Amino acid sequence: MINDLWILATASLVAISCALVGSFLILRRQSLMGDAISHSVLLGIVIAFLATESRSLPVMLSGAVMIGLLTAWLSDSLHKFGKLQSDASIGIVFTLFFALGVILISLFAGQIDLDQECVLYGEIAFVPFDTIIWGGPDTGIDLGPRALWAIGTVFIVVLVSILIGFNRLQTVAFHPSLAVSLGINVVFWHYFLMTLVSLTTVASFDAVGAILVVALLVIPASSAYLIAKSLKSMLWLAAAYGQASVLIGYAVSYKLDSSISASIAVSSGVLLLLTVVALEIRKRNHKMPQQTVEVQ
Amino acid sequence: MQDWTVVTQPSSWELLLEFWRFEDMNALWVLMGSILLGISASVIGGFAFLRKRSLVGDALAHAALPGVMVAFLLFETRDPVVMFFGALTSSFLGFFIIDWLPKNTKIKPDAALAITLSFFFALGLMLLSYIQGLQVENKSGLDKILFGQSAAMTQQDITLLTYVTLFVLISVLLFFQKLRLIAFNTNYARSLGIPVKFYELLLALLIVMSVVVGLQLVGVVLMAAVLLTPVAAARFWSDQLSRILMIAGTLGALSAVISTQISYLAPAMPTGPWMVVSLASLFFLSMLFAPNKGLLKRYLEQKRLRRKVSEENVLRTLYKLCEQTGFKHAYFNLADIQALRVIPIDTLKITLHNLGNKGSVVESAKGYRLTESGLEQATQLTRRHRLWESYLNEQVDLTPDQVHAQAERIEHILSEEQELQLEAELSNLSSDPHGKPIPESQGESTK
Repeated sequence: MINDLWILATASLVAISCALVGSFLILRRQSLMGDAISHSVLLGIVIAFLATESRSLPVMLSGAVMIGLLTAWLSDSLHKFGKLQSDASIGIVFTLFFALGVILISLFAGQIDLDQECVLYGEIAFVPFDTIIWGGPDTGIDLGPRALWAIGTVFIVVLVSILIGFNRLQTVAFHPSLAVSLGINVVFWHYFLMTLVSLTTVASFDAVGAILVVALLVIPASSAYLIAKSLKSMLWLAAAYGQASVLIGYAVSYKLDSSISASIAVSSGVLLLLTVVALEIRKRNHKMPQQTVEVQ
Repeated sequence: MQDWTVVTQPSSWELLLEFWRFEDMNALWVLMGSILLGISASVIGGFAFLRKRSLVGDALAHAALPGVMVAFLLFETRDPVVMFFGALTSSFLGFFIIDWLPKNTKIKPDAALAITLSFFFALGLMLLSYIQGLQVENKSGLDKILFGQSAAMTQQDITLLTYVTLFVLISVLLFFQKLRLIAFNTNYARSLGIPVKFYELLLALLIVMSVVVGLQLVGVVLMAAVLLTPVAAARFWSDQLSRILMIAGTLGALSAVISTQISYLAPAMPTGPWMVVSLASLFFLSMLFAPNKGLLKRYLEQKRLRRKVSEENVLRTLYKLCEQTGFKHAYFNLADIQALRVIPIDTLKITLHNLGNKGSVVESAKGYRLTESGLEQATQLTRRHRLWESYLNEQVDLTPDQVHAQAERIEHILSEEQELQLEAELSNLSSDPHGKPIPESQGESTK
């Protein structure tokens, strides 16, 4: 029971952090960059691990942020200097980084407690067993799952960044050219957002793996985008959609004995589908009376 | 574990020899299959790239996953044809969602792509984890399509791969003209009465087919790179579509050869990542060193141009100095030149040295002097500069103080022909808007 709670708490924090960051990605039309960074972060994690032989939080986070920013910067440079379309340059960079990550994992399979499976699914079911222990191995106090601490830290960072930078982020997201004319450093806020994406994806890595995190970044935020009327309500709605997907997904995975993280991602997709269908129905109902008025 | 494999397995060198003596028929088949796939995926990826839909292949490959799983659940077999049609169906479904979402909702195309990709992939993984919990036979190889493993390919897989890739290549050959027209100018194609919708569907079908058939080899996650990277690399080599596609195909085949070899040497290695890494290396090599459009070449050309511009600027300054003294003085020092033109002292020295090597300027104790050929060149440059100033003043109605900056740039690229044209356009050939005389053309004076 307590394990279920740990898992749910971790998954909820992952889903909400992703939804908040993802909302800005959607508004900035950078969803593909989110896709790219979440793939590349794998390489960051592997390199950080091989270099320091530790999986401590600061090491992982800094490795991932560096690779995340490198991905964003390299894609931009390929676009500028190689004169490639921007989506093509993103595609080249992140597939390369992800491929390198997978190769390193297979090369050092014995030394890394990472395998291709956990890259894909994460291992949220094992989250409760990997705990941080304060003090000696036998006498120390169990502080709770490592993954929960990771995503908890990142969640606070994301929340504080959004609270502090709300106005700036809003202007940059909705009116990039106005932001430039107001003297806001758009490049800085772009890379700031990319840093948040990298932090969120790496902290979510243990829970949901490198690829499913894309679903949590993009899908709840898109559902919220469809119905929200302001940025504030979009952020709240995105978080709510994320939280709902976690609860539904967890129940589904329990029922089907399927992967928890994949089920959460699928539920978020189903919620989006329902939202789209509801909107379509409303659109039709709205159109009908108008047509009858015209006929009369 | 590591030591054990080294002792019992032949060394990698022996394996490599064995591979290239084609003793292992299966390895040969895998090689042929992967080369065909490399070629066809690169070629069809070229069209996706031109339609600015480079990452559609990524989404389609991810979208294939649930199809494979559902096909397996329904028919409980791993027959490649069944898998193929399952994947084809769900990829096509993904394709329509990517198309439908931005047209009918507020969701932007890039988000639609990411949504489809991640949702289908999650669905596939969910089904895969569900299947792995079931008590069914031969479910073991299903997860191999995530990262691709050429060593796990069966004879049937390769037969299917061969047919499909040949179908794709032949279709591209047959419809090349139409596909090219639609890729470059859809509206024009439509106005010619070409059924654009049909060809777009055909292109989508070909992309989906190449993606789906490549899953065994490259895997769901990285298939996008095989469609995208070769054509991006080939673009640095040529401007002509047919040539770009041929180069892309060659690069695709090359990376296929490299990666199947690695996979043969180390069967546990997933093939897809190696293919992607070799493709990306080829891409970066092309980007840097391609003969005409490579970054190195472009950098060198820019540097040459900058050098030419600063040389010509110094020549013209020397001419002006001569002019100021009524062509009586011939020797000028660095300070004289800097008084007329803002140029860092180091650059000036290097430029004068270069001019000296070319025989345009002679350096002596008294200072720098234009040689005969140097003076000729400087006169011509000044002539072009002032002709252009006059032209802008007379024909474009710019004021005299507006014309200098423009002439300063154009003087370096005006050709002899344009100089004659300017002459014909102008009524006053004796002086420029600032009242300075336009020197006589060197060519005319020798006549």
